[in-house]
Amino acid sequence: MNARSPESVRDAAGGLQQEETISREVVVVNAAGLHARPADLLAREARKWQSRIAFVNDSQRADGKSILELLTLAAEAGTRLVVEATGPDAREALDAIGSLFESRFNEHENDQES
Amino acid sequence: MKFSDFVANDAVRSHVHAATKEGVIREMAQSLVDAGKIAPGDLEGIVKAIMKREDLGSTGIGRGVAVPHTKHPSVNKLVGTVAVSQQGIDFQSLDGEPVQLFFLLVSPPDRPGDHLRALENISRQLRDDSFCRLLKAAKEPVDIQHLLEEADSHGVVS
Repeated sequence: MNARSPESVRDAAGGLQQEETISREVVVVNAAGLHARPADLLAREARKWQSRIAFVNDSQRADGKSILELLTLAAEAGTRLVVEATGPDAREALDAIGSLFESRFNEHENDQES
Repeated sequence: MKFSDFVANDAVRSHVHAATKEGVIREMAQSLVDAGKIAPGDLEGIVKAIMKREDLGSTGIGRGVAVPHTKHPSVNKLVGTVAVSQQGIDFQSLDGEPVQLFFLLVSPPDRPGDHLRALENISRQLRDDSFCRLLKAAKEPVDIQHLLEEADSHGVVS
């Protein structure tokens, strides 16, 4: 499946609607990288939205709603990822996810906890 | 990173006795003390630090798996162990399921990359349903050790 191509899907009312994938780049800026807690935060945020959400790096795609898959990205500080959202609330989902990255997942660099 | 890079074979347990979150964390940390990987005097501090991390959000990542962990200045390389609870333990996991499979990690504070690569290895291997199922069905620590070795040699290593 080409994630970039519009897909025809049936909405709840049974009608046809077009779904397009939109994407944006995010950067892991917190020092500890995308470890368990950020992965948890991201998956929780992604699950709030109807859209399908994927994180893509050079070599793989991860389902944004799965902590297990997010952890397989092993994204260290400085890593750039592309987030793709496909669905009716894709724009809002991307904004919310982008904000989490920008807020460094609410981590302070001197925290001992990971 | 492979399991053999951080799992202390002598600390692997197939039948944890504890029935609580803190209990299983303490039992696993004690197994690392017994295996000579952490000093007895650091046990309490490490258990407390892991519990403090759990307070920020459970490391029960779903599918009956948890990865309790902490940074601790007493270790100079990442150390970890694996344990299985036959009955399952309430770990306040994301999916609400009891946890049977535990990967405990203690990492040096200045090595966030190693911690990430260990999590990456664990999560990638756990996507394999049969690996998960076989680990939970382990009868002896040696069964777990063999499964980890097999994952190391046949799994996709990055």
